[in-house]
Amino acid sequence: MATNTVTETSAVTLAGVSKVFGRGPAAVQALDQVTISVAAGEFTCLIGASGCGKSTLLSLVAGLETPTTGDIAVSGRVAMMFQEPALFPWLTAGGNVELALRARGVGRVERRQRAGELLDIVQLGGFGGARPHELSGGMRQRVALARALAQDADVLLMDEPFGALDAMTRDVLHDELDRITAARNLTVLFVTHNVREAVRLGDRVVVLSSRPGRVLEEFPVSIPRPRRIDSAPVAELASQITDRLREEMSRHGD
Amino acid sequence: MATSDGTQPPPGGWTLDAAAERTAGGSAALAGLDALDLAGRPGGRRGRLALRLWNAFWPKILAIALVLGVWELITLSGYKKEIFPGTGPTLADLWDQAQGATLWQAVGNTLQSAVIGFAVAIVIGSLFGALVSRIYPLRVAVGSLITGLQTMPSIAWVPFAALLFGNNNSAILFLIILGAAPSIANGLITGVDYTSPLLLKAGKTMGLRGLSLWRHLILPASLPVFVAGLKQGWAFAWRSLMAGELIVLVFNHPTLGALLNNDQSLSDLQGASAIMIVIFIIGIFVDSLFGAADTSIRKRWGVV
Repeated sequence: MATNTVTETSAVTLAGVSKVFGRGPAAVQALDQVTISVAAGEFTCLIGASGCGKSTLLSLVAGLETPTTGDIAVSGRVAMMFQEPALFPWLTAGGNVELALRARGVGRVERRQRAGELLDIVQLGGFGGARPHELSGGMRQRVALARALAQDADVLLMDEPFGALDAMTRDVLHDELDRITAARNLTVLFVTHNVREAVRLGDRVVVLSSRPGRVLEEFPVSIPRPRRIDSAPVAELASQITDRLREEMSRHGD
Repeated sequence: MATSDGTQPPPGGWTLDAAAERTAGGSAALAGLDALDLAGRPGGRRGRLALRLWNAFWPKILAIALVLGVWELITLSGYKKEIFPGTGPTLADLWDQAQGATLWQAVGNTLQSAVIGFAVAIVIGSLFGALVSRIYPLRVAVGSLITGLQTMPSIAWVPFAALLFGNNNSAILFLIILGAAPSIANGLITGVDYTSPLLLKAGKTMGLRGLSLWRHLILPASLPVFVAGLKQGWAFAWRSLMAGELIVLVFNHPTLGALLNNDQSLSDLQGASAIMIVIFIIGIFVDSLFGAADTSIRKRWGVV
């Protein structure tokens, strides 16, 4: 159906994936023949204007939706993070992490200990007893990250996780995410609107077109780590990608 | 868990000291940001018990004082002077009744019916609500029926209940359950409907399914609306109970409604007013219990 490059080490493979919502004249095609292969341990950023079906794509990989056509293969467990922390307000920060552990059958005593360790990883040791509303936006998002890590996933799907945070907090969280994904060899699919963020974080940036979402172009990012979002190489590649995006956007203005 | 770590995991489980050292600068910045973010937020303000009790009770005391004040004004205006009971004599009457056993027996019997009836209504309403919100065809068929039941004045059920069960306590319990259960069921159904789709998505990616999804996500998420349903259910139950007791008189079983009925037959407006004060106070007291439950939930969720 579509050409794709499935390698033996690929953790996530989408082969000719299309998704249509609704039926008949009201049908909306969100994704059209999307083929992406993500290697294990690779950090892939997906970027595109509104209506490129980024969130749909993640829902498909997470198994929350089924593709209309095409195949999706994921090796290992999948965890997901959203733009909002989506923490459960009736549980403490620790309780939220523990629930994720409980959902996969970790015993009571071990749960408590593991939740503590996971909060340490996101630099929130000592905040286990805090309620989500008592934490700042960045801290909540870190609890959400700890909860995602608690799912012991091999693949982490992130849907604009830092979109609602201020630039300074986002910057520091980029460093944290770099450290954690490298240490755990996580495969990441990261959706964002922010081109510089994509270049700062990704091993590769995939640019999607809008309505319907198609893969327009892929940009490998060979800038050595650690990277800074305000460094010249990041800015240079980001402006290249932005140009490509503008070109695509202007196509819709006619 | 840590085996995928590129570096050698330290013996005895894993700590992140090594990783933390690597990015010591970043971590320090993060800790500083957290401190800045949390500074200026109100800490846990937990006053002394006496103060909190006072804060909870003065509005009720004020409400009672307002009622007494208006009442006294009407008395002073001389409206229906011959029969209109004044505050002083009525309160004296209440005091007299409080010395005897009958009033306390009546309060005990009425509250007993209320508690038993409401408890059964919670069980029936919750089960029914859970089934209806879970099973789509049932929901289409029964959903509007519940609202219909809710709008039916409970007093309209009194003849039915009295004829079906006879003049006994079962008839009264039947009325309470019928009054409260629809609101409770509706509360649960609405609560389930209003469960945030985002939280549902988060729960599902976490691997919560079926019963565990209900237990750990949908039920706790619907708790605030459910409590609102309970509160409304209680209001309906209390009204149904009063209506039932006024009309369904059970021999040798004094209740607040029966005392009211008795006062009416004896044209004792003062006695009836004294009983109404008791009913009013119980109503306010129970309402404050629901209010406390609601406040504690909102505090936990951070939506005060």
